[in-house]
Amino acid sequence: MSIEYLGLSAINGPLVVLEGVQDASYEEIVEFTVDDNVKRLGRIVEIYEDRAVIQVFEGSENMSLVNTHTQLTGHPMELALSEDILGRTFDGIGQPIDGLGPIVPEKRLNINGLPLNPVSRKYPRNYIRTGISAIDGLTTLIRGQKLPIFSGNGLPHDQLAAQIVQQASLSDGSDEKFAIVFAAMGVKYDVAEYFRRTFEESGVSDHVVMFLNLANDPVVERLITPKVALTAAEYLAFEKDMHILVIMTDITSFCEAMREVSSSKGEIPSRKGYPGYLYSELATLYERAGIVHGSKGSVTQIPILTMPNDDITHPIPDLTGYITEGQIVLDRQLHGQSIYPPISVLPSLSRLMKDGIGEGYTRADHQDVANQLFSCYAKVGDARALASVIGEDELSPIDKKYLVFGNAFEKRFVGQGMLENRSIEETLDIGWQLLGILPREELDRIDTKILDQYYQETTVDLVQEALEDATDM
Amino acid sequence: MKKTGIIYGVNGPVIYLKGNTGFKMGEMVHVGEEHLVGEVIALTNDMTTIQVFEETTGLKPGAVVEATGDAISVTLGPGILTNIFDGIQRPLNEIAKSSGKYINRGVSVDSLNTEKKWDVTMKVSVGDTVTGGTVFAETQETRSIVHKSMIPPHISGTVTKAVSDGAYTVTEPLVTVTDAAGTEHEIALSQKWPIRIPRPSASRHPSTEPLVTGQRILDTMFPIAKGGTAAVPGGFGTGKTMTQHQIAKWSNADIIIYIGCGERGNEMTQVLEEFQELTDPKTGNPLMDRTSLIANTSNMPVAAREASIYTGLTLAEYYRDMGYDVAIMADSTSRWAEALRELSGRLEEMPAEEGFPAYLASRLSAFYERAGMVTNLNGTEGSVSIIGAVSPQGGDFSEPVTQNTKRFVRCFWGLDKSLAYARHFPAIHWITSYSEYLSDLMPWYAANVDKKFVAYRNQIMGLLNQESSLNEIVKLIGSDVLPDDQKLILEIARVIRLGFLQQNAFHPEDTCVPLSKQFQMMEIILYLYKKSKALIAMGHPMSVLKADNIFEKIIAIKYDVPNDKPEMFESYRKAVDDFYDNVLKKNQ
Repeated sequence: MSIEYLGLSAINGPLVVLEGVQDASYEEIVEFTVDDNVKRLGRIVEIYEDRAVIQVFEGSENMSLVNTHTQLTGHPMELALSEDILGRTFDGIGQPIDGLGPIVPEKRLNINGLPLNPVSRKYPRNYIRTGISAIDGLTTLIRGQKLPIFSGNGLPHDQLAAQIVQQASLSDGSDEKFAIVFAAMGVKYDVAEYFRRTFEESGVSDHVVMFLNLANDPVVERLITPKVALTAAEYLAFEKDMHILVIMTDITSFCEAMREVSSSKGEIPSRKGYPGYLYSELATLYERAGIVHGSKGSVTQIPILTMPNDDITHPIPDLTGYITEGQIVLDRQLHGQSIYPPISVLPSLSRLMKDGIGEGYTRADHQDVANQLFSCYAKVGDARALASVIGEDELSPIDKKYLVFGNAFEKRFVGQGMLENRSIEETLDIGWQLLGILPREELDRIDTKILDQYYQETTVDLVQEALEDATDM
Repeated sequence: MKKTGIIYGVNGPVIYLKGNTGFKMGEMVHVGEEHLVGEVIALTNDMTTIQVFEETTGLKPGAVVEATGDAISVTLGPGILTNIFDGIQRPLNEIAKSSGKYINRGVSVDSLNTEKKWDVTMKVSVGDTVTGGTVFAETQETRSIVHKSMIPPHISGTVTKAVSDGAYTVTEPLVTVTDAAGTEHEIALSQKWPIRIPRPSASRHPSTEPLVTGQRILDTMFPIAKGGTAAVPGGFGTGKTMTQHQIAKWSNADIIIYIGCGERGNEMTQVLEEFQELTDPKTGNPLMDRTSLIANTSNMPVAAREASIYTGLTLAEYYRDMGYDVAIMADSTSRWAEALRELSGRLEEMPAEEGFPAYLASRLSAFYERAGMVTNLNGTEGSVSIIGAVSPQGGDFSEPVTQNTKRFVRCFWGLDKSLAYARHFPAIHWITSYSEYLSDLMPWYAANVDKKFVAYRNQIMGLLNQESSLNEIVKLIGSDVLPDDQKLILEIARVIRLGFLQQNAFHPEDTCVPLSKQFQMMEIILYLYKKSKALIAMGHPMSVLKADNIFEKIIAIKYDVPNDKPEMFESYRKAVDDFYDNVLKKNQ
């Protein structure tokens, strides 16, 4: 096994070619020794007879065709795991960088994972209270769900993710074990630091496993980072019965890295130069969320991706949306009006919400209120469009009410403080208060009985007062 | 002696063998020590190309590939229903038993349980002449479905041996048929059929009967015939999967084959859990008794995703041959097209539009053409209807998969993002959707529901179209300035949208609505329109009409009138009359 191959036959970006290899297998990990002292890792990505194309995780700088020794390890990429990884920080390929020494492994797992058998999955039904109205009320997060945040550069997606982590972990006073796996792919140092500080401040940092591949770290490493992180998450969830929240940021960098490597391999590009297997690759990440029979733990994913040019039809958000169970979309215009969190509720969605809310989970009126708010807020858009053409004064009385409703909805329901942790009752009550601005006949999505119980007309004064309250915060 | 080859190169799911191996196109092969399943997809004198249906991590050049001699096939026999398979018909329950919560590689399990004994009633005896398609045995496969085992299509002759009624496994030979050449064929409950070859039938004919789904916008506005094809395109979150689930639950097909092709694992779990609890409206048995699931989720190997569509089709055709009406839900055909694209890219083929291979259109047409209403070889009638979800990239219907699909389907249920945003479900847009079956089905509706059914449907469609053009004006100048008759059209269209088109899948009464109630709902809405129009013509303004809550009352019919109480519509008719009289009285 320990044959060392001397030299390489080609180097092209992060890819190197080695000829004359014996017994190498697809996706096997190899070790390089450059100039007799620098160790690097690589992965075989293509193999033809005795010619292997290898991806070097740390990049091929300083490697030459003669100064490199290569050794096959005989196995695919594995991650050393034990419960001690909690509270530790690793680099993008799972090696400790916090100076606390290596992990004594209880187990080594293949980071590529295996597809979960749909038969073994348990359908997620348990909702996670995040304390954020726009999420709890309208796009409820369910344990075992994958719910990405679609954001843009400069929008507060990091703050939102941090707030979710803080409030979701604190709210659950039960004795269930909870941990966070944080994977950074090509993010700025400041962002990684922000998350670390937040975890520390909220007292959860000994329950956090961090995998950091920063913006100046090797690009190819990024392709491995989420897989390493998810392997850790699966281990903690399914073997140690913990509830794991995985935050992956930024998926866009991951896809960019894939495109870069694909183009240096000379593959045929499909949409926007991304390789044809972009969907499959993303799916192998996202589908690793879930709950399985026979295990108490769960893996919930909140991937963050920055939409290039805020374009939701770009291949990365587009394919993501087709795999994940909904999405939370952030909006630049709301952000411009200083509304935090700037969640654009209409395109946001949680597919698992319908089965995790209502009587027995949240409150019986939850689904109806959510539907009605969506439906009314959609009409606000029409009223605003009309107002911009004929002027606000010319609007019919009902359209004017919709305008008031729209503003109040954005400021009072969507908008909240970064530390404000609302209960589900508060969220729904605010919803009813806002619906009260509109006449009862307009509420066509709510069961008559529920309307009788909750509907109360709100006077405009009350609305003004509420709005002022909101601005004071 | 089995033919073998040696691996030369590995690139993702594609592997190359050096030299002329003598393998056949489409032949199933076993790859490497773990016996991964693969299929031959290209042959040249010096290279054989194989797609592997499992993860190829760890494969080495030099490993042996063994040909099986057969094309990629499925096993047909009792035990298909209530089961869940992967893309190449391996039962996921068995895989879970042998390898735990993950799907391991190289798992070798039989498609159908070979140990279970089925109670068989024999339908032929020694001396009978049989041809392809003749039913030779019957088995109660589930509470709802009798499984009819048939002589394979290419065999005919005289029965020379037959067992008596009793309990048999799927592999025990039940009859022996001696053909004209004197060759003996032993036939068991299970038989194999290659997935890429359509099962033969005697003749095809146009369908005159709708696949009733209980969904108002489908049954009334854009019906699909039994044996028809429909596409459900829509961006993410617009409700493709919901629409398919609803049809799978409530349609009047005998058998449902649900293909989860490259979609979410949790969705398959949901179907599995829900369908076991829900009851089939036709038989009162669990829905799962008439359902078979093919699950190739998005993280399962891409080559098997490509095959899963054909696996599902072949199962459907098999039940069609028994004389059943089968409906296939393919969710989603775009993932299948993308699997083609991915494999085509690995093969370094010249890409056509958007990177899709040039043969995309011909593959799609071949897929949809396997639907149809047919007379089977044994003289029974059966149908395969295909309802394919399409996930257009960026929600843009001009992309190649949607455009090519549109050429080969006759029903188009276009899902609309803005309707979904406003949580109007089903978000099927009435302006962009169409059904070419409507004229074929007119006589059926006239005979089975009401003579006026199609006329009413067309009036409703007309009102919605008028609303759509009026909305263009409203967007510019607001609705206040419109004349009253046009305001009435807007109001009635609102009643139609909220009270008729919108349907609540989570409401026990509203989730599935019989055709007779659909008809009565149309009737009452149009009656209200007629009466209101008369009032407007007499000069009463819309504001006066709106003072009455009759419009809201009609909208609430979908919840307020139970499906089994059609007589309640009489009171609504009276309410409309009262409304008419009241307006007249008050405003004289």
